[in-house]
Amino acid sequence: MVYTPQLTELMKKVEETRPSRVGVDFPRMTQEERRDVLEKFHPDYNLDGFREIKVGVNKGARMPIEMADVFEAYSRIRDLKFDLKADPHYDVDVLVIGGGGAGASAALEAHSTGADVLVATKLRFGDANTMMAQGGIQAADKPNDTPATHFLDVMGGGRLENVPELARALVMDAPLVIKWLEDLGAMFDKKDEGTMITGHGGGTSRKRMHTARDYTGAEIMRTLRDEVLNKGINVVEFSPAVEIILDEQGRAAGAVLYNLETEQYEIARAKTVIIATGGSGRLHYRGFPTSNHHGATADGLVLGYRAGAKTIYADSIQYHPTGGAYPPQLLGLLVTEKTRGLGATPLNINGEQFVYHLETRDVESSAILRECDERGLGVPLPTGIEAVWLDSPLIEIIHGEGTIERQLPAMLRQFQRFDVDIRKEPMLIFPTLHYQNGGLLIDDDAHSTVENLYVAGEAAGGIHGTNRLMGNSLLDIIVFGRRAGRNAAAKSREIPVPEGLNFEHLDSYHQELDNTGAGDGRIGPMVLPHYTHR
Amino acid sequence: MVDIFIMGKRYKVPETLTILDAMEYAGYQMIRGCGCRAGFCGACATVYRMAGGYELLVGLACQTKVEDGMYLAQIPFFPGRKAQFDLEEIKPSVAHFAQLYPEVYRCLGCSSCNKVCPQDIDVMQYIAYIQRGDFEKAADLSFDCLMCGLCVSRCPANIVHYNAALTARRLYSRYIAKPDRFLAERAQAIENGELDAEIDKLVKADKEKLQELYNNREIEK
Repeated sequence: MVYTPQLTELMKKVEETRPSRVGVDFPRMTQEERRDVLEKFHPDYNLDGFREIKVGVNKGARMPIEMADVFEAYSRIRDLKFDLKADPHYDVDVLVIGGGGAGASAALEAHSTGADVLVATKLRFGDANTMMAQGGIQAADKPNDTPATHFLDVMGGGRLENVPELARALVMDAPLVIKWLEDLGAMFDKKDEGTMITGHGGGTSRKRMHTARDYTGAEIMRTLRDEVLNKGINVVEFSPAVEIILDEQGRAAGAVLYNLETEQYEIARAKTVIIATGGSGRLHYRGFPTSNHHGATADGLVLGYRAGAKTIYADSIQYHPTGGAYPPQLLGLLVTEKTRGLGATPLNINGEQFVYHLETRDVESSAILRECDERGLGVPLPTGIEAVWLDSPLIEIIHGEGTIERQLPAMLRQFQRFDVDIRKEPMLIFPTLHYQNGGLLIDDDAHSTVENLYVAGEAAGGIHGTNRLMGNSLLDIIVFGRRAGRNAAAKSREIPVPEGLNFEHLDSYHQELDNTGAGDGRIGPMVLPHYTHR
Repeated sequence: MVDIFIMGKRYKVPETLTILDAMEYAGYQMIRGCGCRAGFCGACATVYRMAGGYELLVGLACQTKVEDGMYLAQIPFFPGRKAQFDLEEIKPSVAHFAQLYPEVYRCLGCSSCNKVCPQDIDVMQYIAYIQRGDFEKAADLSFDCLMCGLCVSRCPANIVHYNAALTARRLYSRYIAKPDRFLAERAQAIENGELDAEIDKLVKADKEKLQELYNNREIEK
């Protein structure tokens, strides 16, 4: 019990209304109601948070201010000299930048075709948002479901702004991905006879969410990581790529790696390069807390963009409806959507439900912002912010005692550490910055708009339109990670070792920054977030 | 505000912070010892002792609140061994496991691992299950492991529990848990191109048509 006497008093209203809410479904919104709440309350519709980028291939495109700041920045290596004619430190077929789920999948797939692969990653191998994805992974592998049905959910959830060919690749590869993971010994929740146990997520029309308790991403990540190590693939940790190197014809040909511990730069030459660097929650758009890991600072987007890769939907950000709000140590922490999937509902200060609990994430978040903002029915917290309740004890009433311990062990433990028992006490939640819907534009081969440069995972854009559904990101990283790995390896077999390595793209980017004054002395990519309070 | 001692140096930090936030508050730029910041990745294993006390305590820096008089240091990396194996070549048997991780059979039963596990896992028990060849129980009991390495740091028998557990889980999932038969059929159907026509119709459909189909789609109860 960490709730203050005031909160405990307010919690009584939740307990009072609970019996009348059991088994009663709150109505879903109509399309018009959805559009209305999004336009009025979703942060993406508030233009104050954006500006047009002044340089590069998408000049004039709208971006969150914090993202534009890291894009409009000078290279870290601007004043350094590199001998690109000398033997490079690493010389490989395929360079994978990023050691999360997408990078690991890409590395495994490229390696399986015989390519010489190097994985360079900023933090530890596996320090990635993949590790934190709790809720599940979608795939249409039940008799009442088909990839086409999954496709409709993906497109509708993405406001029909998805690139249809990318959504097609996502859903058609999905069962293949689950099969691949099953064969690799990932421990999915199953019935005794082997059938995967699947449930709903926000915006799904079939129960196709596969889970590994509420450690789904962690289970996938540690399995993939173990397999990469089994295969003896070279993984260099604490060595972020800070710039892409191009060849004499402007094709990707490697990267500059920066050893965070020795502070030395190293050159990696590669016939093909895969950017799998993930998202950007640590840029804290509009001051939101984030559910993202320590390294989510948009580095790959920045280097890819400087090398000439186009972006898509850079202005589309996902706020997860249920971020932790209290106790303060849990601020921004992801409360998995599986919690709502199991029946927990959001409630206002009066203990009343105000939105169907499984609307798509954009709509659900906007409804929570409206409840606190326009309607003034948020729960005031001692920390000065507002929140709404998420009635987790309902889960035990609906599915029986012990369900939370079995199905949500991570959530239970995390709140218990700070003395909240979510089996008996409702959680306090508020939207948290969760996902970058857009990214670098790819085609269904995971190829970017720069030759020999591939992109996979959260760094890629177009798959999810302007709103991603739960369970489609774990899917996306593996689908496009494998496609990137396979295609980058195939391409590397067709081409010679690149020649005429250069940084001319940086010179012209810097020139543009100088001419427009947009750079303002900033250096990028960010590499590490700064939380030093002094 | 409370006083904490990071690697022996004193800093004043607000008492509401986690160890991780407190280190940043004190001025540290985190590189190692920090990963997901949410209790899932095991990067921030921390060892501490309270002023005047002798007992070594442990926790994840992102999941543990600071307390007055905490003397702390992080374990940035632990050189635990991982056995390389081909999952298709090994089987869930004691004989195979003994070749990969012979040290698990040297467990002294001291329970040091249990005392330091930040996830409160009964580590010693799952090692016992592995010794016995009960990979199903080992997989289930070890499932919530974050691979932070604190158990390994304290084990007098030099067991690398988290790697042994991961191998046990992969063996269980690959060979003991039954495969999903319908999944295999569906994957085969996709590879044979049997589902192409249905989806290609949707890929080619215009937005209006898609919106209509989406709005009227049937939702499974």
